[in-house]
Amino acid sequence: MKRWLGPALALVAILIVPLVAPPYQTLLMLPFMAYAVILLGLNLLFGYTGLLSFGHALFVGVGAYTGAFLTHRFGVRSLEAILLAAALLGALVAAPVGALCVRYVKIYFGMLTLAFGMVFYTFVLKFYALTGGDEGIPFARPLLLGRDLSAIPKTDYLNGPYYYYCVAVLVLATACMWRIVRSPFGLCLRTIRDNPLKAEALGISVPRYRWCAFVISAVYAALGGALLGPPTGNVDPTLAYWTHSGNLVFMTLLGGFTHFYGPVLGAFVFIYLQDFVMSLVPYWRLIFGGLLALIVIFAPTGLMGLIAPSR
Amino acid sequence: MTALLEAHGLTKFYGPFRALDGVSLSIGSGEFVSIIGPNGAGKSTLINLLTGVSAPTAGSVRFMGRDVTGVGSVALARLGMARSFQLVQIFPDLTVLETLQAAAVSRLGRGLKLLASLARDREVQEIALEVAELFGLADKRGALARHLPQGDKKLLDVASAFALRPKIILLDEPTSGVSTADKTAIMEILVAASRRVGIEAVIQVEHDMDIVFGYSDRIIALHQGRVLADASPREIEANAEVIDAVIGRRAAGR
Repeated sequence: MKRWLGPALALVAILIVPLVAPPYQTLLMLPFMAYAVILLGLNLLFGYTGLLSFGHALFVGVGAYTGAFLTHRFGVRSLEAILLAAALLGALVAAPVGALCVRYVKIYFGMLTLAFGMVFYTFVLKFYALTGGDEGIPFARPLLLGRDLSAIPKTDYLNGPYYYYCVAVLVLATACMWRIVRSPFGLCLRTIRDNPLKAEALGISVPRYRWCAFVISAVYAALGGALLGPPTGNVDPTLAYWTHSGNLVFMTLLGGFTHFYGPVLGAFVFIYLQDFVMSLVPYWRLIFGGLLALIVIFAPTGLMGLIAPSR
Repeated sequence: MTALLEAHGLTKFYGPFRALDGVSLSIGSGEFVSIIGPNGAGKSTLINLLTGVSAPTAGSVRFMGRDVTGVGSVALARLGMARSFQLVQIFPDLTVLETLQAAAVSRLGRGLKLLASLARDREVQEIALEVAELFGLADKRGALARHLPQGDKKLLDVASAFALRPKIILLDEPTSGVSTADKTAIMEILVAASRRVGIEAVIQVEHDMDIVFGYSDRIIALHQGRVLADASPREIEANAEVIDAVIGRRAAGR
């Protein structure tokens, strides 16, 4: 009963935001929801499998560019088709990248994912004819459930139908991840995080499970990446840059990787805090750097650890 | 007697150092075999080769008639060979029950069920609870492994190997780091659990000679990487060479 209360209240709050909050604040909810999806996946890898990826912006980029390509180059405007294609491409790219990366652990895994992220970043930056280089490519307004909503003003579209579409995707992604971490598979991931040697002695194939977790997390990142496109209407290489991967890790630590909803909370606080700090001072990264240091030293389990200490 | 586990001419070099030198042995169904030897005799190397953690420089291992040399611990665990570790190996942030569930999930081959509910998997729950009860860990089933006292950690390590319901189990010093009073209790639990779970053979590496002579059907004494003797406890006790090299005079005169 109590376990459901927090998430249920949060969902109700998310649902009524467009009705009560100013349009600008509502617009900020869109990247929050996209990042929440991305981080649910990232934390399957980090919090549950014990692998910290510093290159997940790669998959965010894959998802976002998939949407931009489909809407801008191929005239495919259905968001369902875009999300499906983003998920498939995310998995397709993650399969070989993951197969190489999961052979390594700790800093080596992190560095290898970072390296692949940089390769992808350079690719989208330099292949100007294909990707539009540093200017990126437009992400045309997608159809939602087959409905063409191009007639309504952009803010009304984003804060209305698109907003609730994102809520639906977030709820589905959360429910799906909730099941994954409570499945036999999720238990096996946690054994690998805690003690790979012992896991192998119990017949649990460490590389195979790590690879599965890697691919699932990439699919989540690609889905979230595709959702990031429509609000800005443009996709550019900064989405795939390594500092973006760093932000994802920051959000996860901020919210708390030991708790299922920690990364979701982290995404929320990050987006609004960043906006708030940027409105006050131009050097928001300085403030956030200090904040990160404080979290690591004083609250290693993040904000969620402060609110709801697990066990 | 059919051999469950056989090793032929196992040799292992670490650089120029010969840790194991042509060791052959055969373990049959129904046997409780202890491997003894002084430090550096090659006991841990032998266990690591038998359990597939490392590959031998020469020689082979056959399990149930099948060549399993260097196939790796994952494959061997699936085939029915389980082990526990000298230095206790647990999952610190998993509960006792979750640890045993993980073993059950692995044994039943359900690890890749992504969307199935673990809590509603009756079979997994039953195996985990049964093993927890067998090892006297049932009332601690909700405790995190890292919060258990040392003796219980050791038991949990061994219990999770039992939850795989293996044909053969290799215990690397099952009572090391445990108080003398607890040693016999652990051994009694192990022997009873082996019968209940239907384990066909137990191999243990052990330093405590009371335990070795009290429980073994057969003792294999290793010395400087070779088999010094492979005989019944009674014959070992009468073997002056083994007593000098492995057991020591004072211990032998228990």
